[in-house]
Amino acid sequence: MNTLTLWFHKFGSPPTFYRVSGLLTPWLYAAALVFAAIGLYGGLVLAPPDYQQSDAYRIIFVHVPCAWMSLFAYFFMAVNAFIALVWRIKISETLAMASAPVGAAFTAITLATGAIWGKPMWGTWWTWDARLTSELVLLFLYLGVIGLYHAIEDRRQAARAAAFLALIGVVNVPIVHFSVKWWNTLHQGSTVRLFGPSAIDSSMLWPLLLLALATHIWFFASLFARARVSLLELESGKDWARADALPTGAAHE
Amino acid sequence: MRYGTTASACAAVIRRDLLLTWRRRGDALNPVLFALIVVVLFPLALGPEPNQLARIAAGIVFVAILIAGLLALDTLFRADYDDGTLEQLVLSPHPLPLLLAGKIFVHWLTTAVPLILAAPLLAGMLFLPRSVLPVLLCALALATPLLSLLGAVCVALTVGMRRSGMLLALLVLPLYVPVLIFAAGACEAAQAGLPFIAPLLWLGAALAMALVLAPLACAAALRISIS
Amino acid sequence: MNEFLAMGGYGAYVWSSYAIFFIVLLIDFLAPRLQRRRVLAELRGRMKRQRKQPENPPT
Repeated sequence: MNTLTLWFHKFGSPPTFYRVSGLLTPWLYAAALVFAAIGLYGGLVLAPPDYQQSDAYRIIFVHVPCAWMSLFAYFFMAVNAFIALVWRIKISETLAMASAPVGAAFTAITLATGAIWGKPMWGTWWTWDARLTSELVLLFLYLGVIGLYHAIEDRRQAARAAAFLALIGVVNVPIVHFSVKWWNTLHQGSTVRLFGPSAIDSSMLWPLLLLALATHIWFFASLFARARVSLLELESGKDWARADALPTGAAHE
Repeated sequence: MRYGTTASACAAVIRRDLLLTWRRRGDALNPVLFALIVVVLFPLALGPEPNQLARIAAGIVFVAILIAGLLALDTLFRADYDDGTLEQLVLSPHPLPLLLAGKIFVHWLTTAVPLILAAPLLAGMLFLPRSVLPVLLCALALATPLLSLLGAVCVALTVGMRRSGMLLALLVLPLYVPVLIFAAGACEAAQAGLPFIAPLLWLGAALAMALVLAPLACAAALRISIS
Repeated sequence: MNEFLAMGGYGAYVWSSYAIFFIVLLIDFLAPRLQRRRVLAELRGRMKRQRKQPENPPT
């Protein structure tokens, strides 16, 4: 067996994943915080005020990275859900279920900060356009996956059912987006002009990209932390999990 | 009837479900009653002004029917799950999607069709213009089977859960949103004098796909839930 | 500094957005840690009970 498949096989085993992710997680958190700090400094202090939106545009530095993450997390969840359903790989089940709460958190931040940004800019907290409505439906999808996962007793069956739901959702989001866009064109005159970062200045771009990087890293840090706990619970009968639970001096991470 | 063929199995499933529903035919009117109550509440809440009600009549009728259907969705598999018949269906050598298609058809027939028949009354209570009524009925005829098919997939995921009401609604909502938008959009367009055929065609296309794919998805979901 | 906090008059909007960002992610950070503590405690309890069992022979 060549080294790539061997490596893949090893990483797919719970104790190896547990060990490797345990080593990585603190570094990932640290990296996320560092990048975020630099990006926030660049966005809040260095970047000049926007000629149209004055200083209110600075919400973009948290709103847009979280929006990107809400979609990335769902994509990540869906890929793992597919692997979990087709090949029944335990790690994929765990990763899919662990990404749901993180994705939901980013979606909630996106919706909240978007509404707060909308109030001074468009004069309204909310508008039923395609993007916002789709993001709201996305939140419901996340909550549905989380709810279904926690409603079923058997953990593996629960993960498969929730993974199935996640895959149905993946097809649904573009459909919702399209249908709301059509519905909006039907109701002309109710649309509010949206702010689009069309030509964004480089002084505003690099903090944005840095924060996007920071939130990506944070996603994986949080994902690994949750996946490790999940694996502990799932594999609590196995020796490697019990060895980790032994009350040594540093029983917590 | 030749025993052992898939066709006879499907026919048997359909016949059984119809018979069981007939024995509790009073219950079959519950969704209609619920939709009626919802529609009655709206004028009480919004004021009796006919013009105001007429503008939102189609939307209210659709939402009332959608929610009534949602409440009735649980009965699709409940009884069969409780007495073990569902397990037998899943284990049967006949293709599960076909058997489920039969069940979903009967469920639609006994819960949604009464709602469609009641729709003219509901629309009339909200002063929907007469000219829009045919469009409303057409949209309902296309949308309600779609709702039944999509709902069946979600019910299959939550089958056997004791208090699955809110969870089911949460699962089903993202799937229902496009259906509602297109169905109500068709009525809105008709009411505004605009062409309304496009959303109806979209509904038709979605229904055609769902007729094939939903039973397959429902069968897969059932196999995951009952394992 | 005052200018920084005022954010051109939009201070309330900007800072409440950032507050939501930090608070939600803080919760996202703490939740797995609390869960981990609970799971480990449960696991240790179970292990303790299992170790005790051989000392009490079933009658």
